[in-house]
Amino acid sequence: MSTAIEHPTYDYKVVRQFAIMTVVWGIVGTAVGLLIALQLYFPALNFDTPWLTFSRLRPLHTNAVIFAFGGCALFATSYYVVQRTCQARLFSDTLSTFTFWGWQAIIVAAAITLPLGYTSSKEYAELEWPIDIAITIVMLAYAINFFGTIAKRKQKHIYVANWFYGAFIITVCVLHVFNNLEVPVHAWKSYSIYAGTIDAMVQWWYGHNAVGFYLTAAFLGIMYYFVPKQAGRPVYSYRLSIVHFWALISIYVWAGAHHLHYTALPDWAQSAGMVMSLILLAPSWGGMINGIMTLSGAWHKLRTDPVLRFLVVSLSFYGMSTFEGPMMSIKTVNALSHYTDWTIGHVHSGALGWVAMVSIGALYNMIPVLYGREQGQMYSVKLINYHFILATIGTVLYIAAMWVNGLTQGFMWRAVNEDGTLTYSFVESLEASYPGYLVRAIGGAFFVAGMCIMAYNVYKTVRQTEPAAEPKLANS
Amino acid sequence: MDINDVKGLGTIFAMIAFLSIVAWAYSRSRKERFEQDGNMPFDDGDDVVMPSPERRENDE
Repeated sequence: MSTAIEHPTYDYKVVRQFAIMTVVWGIVGTAVGLLIALQLYFPALNFDTPWLTFSRLRPLHTNAVIFAFGGCALFATSYYVVQRTCQARLFSDTLSTFTFWGWQAIIVAAAITLPLGYTSSKEYAELEWPIDIAITIVMLAYAINFFGTIAKRKQKHIYVANWFYGAFIITVCVLHVFNNLEVPVHAWKSYSIYAGTIDAMVQWWYGHNAVGFYLTAAFLGIMYYFVPKQAGRPVYSYRLSIVHFWALISIYVWAGAHHLHYTALPDWAQSAGMVMSLILLAPSWGGMINGIMTLSGAWHKLRTDPVLRFLVVSLSFYGMSTFEGPMMSIKTVNALSHYTDWTIGHVHSGALGWVAMVSIGALYNMIPVLYGREQGQMYSVKLINYHFILATIGTVLYIAAMWVNGLTQGFMWRAVNEDGTLTYSFVESLEASYPGYLVRAIGGAFFVAGMCIMAYNVYKTVRQTEPAAEPKLANS
Repeated sequence: MDINDVKGLGTIFAMIAFLSIVAWAYSRSRKERFEQDGNMPFDDGDDVVMPSPERRENDE
């Protein structure tokens, strides 16, 4: 990094490190996803090796895309945004370095332990207790660094993006600690301190708020900074963003029970979760509209600016999945959709369409600035366009295939003959799902290809910029 | 007073909290302040901002 320019005030080094690793882990995470998608169509692709079975690679995929790709994107953008909107350098260079290397170490530990079969078996919290402790320490360091920067800000007001990032950091610390309270039996095995239904409720209180605060609130922080920045105009309504923030964070925490419809969870708790999920539509769409309407009067920019296109399409997918989510939380709809591929499709319309695309848009905006260029001035605009097309087609293929599969499975599983016996065996529904699994894998391949194009574009941008940046080094 | 009264009060409290936030955010006296706060991403004085001429001539 010595050849890149140093900013007089801001610490861009840690932002650059996290930004580059976002691209790297993005490829790794989606590639593992592609492999397991192909395994569902070509089962031989596990090579009869326990380490490469679907059951072990699936948590590796989810952890890689959420915590490695998504996590690095959040560290990079939050460190960038908090410095620039507070006009202050990050609180501590030591903590910045610690969070970077600590987070990478955690990712590597996950990539080793999960294929070996070490898991606490809690979804999105599979990592075993020593890694859980490491995550807690790094998250606390992150919290001190982030809020420390806010404390020494030069601006009076704390910009709304920082509120969203802050809510994410605090909530994820709390969720992570309480969901992972466990009794270790040896170095790589522990048992949850909660039992039965309570364990399930704590798990989905955690799980849904990982969606709500990690994959939503934090990425809304990205949205509130990078959409105005790339569009060159302030957010549509700053006042709406305030109502959006408080409504979103106060409602999301109650929705987790919709993951446990028709289980041993008390019926009233299921209904409460369902109602809160339905109410959630309002703040979600409020935020989505606020982001998209930022372009009002500047729609023509979409025609020429693929970075802006990434950001706006991500908001469209966000709107779509936050409509689909409340609908799926309705108990009667859930009776059909639960345990089918519809859920997987829903998650990916959020994960690929919203989380990944908004992160990609932010990276294309930010990486040139980190290397001394103007925002959005990547090596090749054409390649951003190709990436955009591949990512969009990939995501649409993926979610359409999973909708078809989900409905097929749901209807086949509930079909009964006149005498009350099941019309179809499970294997018949699996066979009916095969075409969908192939289409999904093709969609995934499109998405991975797009990520590889991005990596090349980033590499060229970094390479090309360095000589040009040399003269500016004189004063640093 | 039983648990249902508490639940009812909870709903009223949440409603009041929500309406207060809306009233606070949308009050006329804070209009200008929030318009300025919305411009904060452009106050970094760092990169080349493109202050498009049409920027923010209509707030709502």
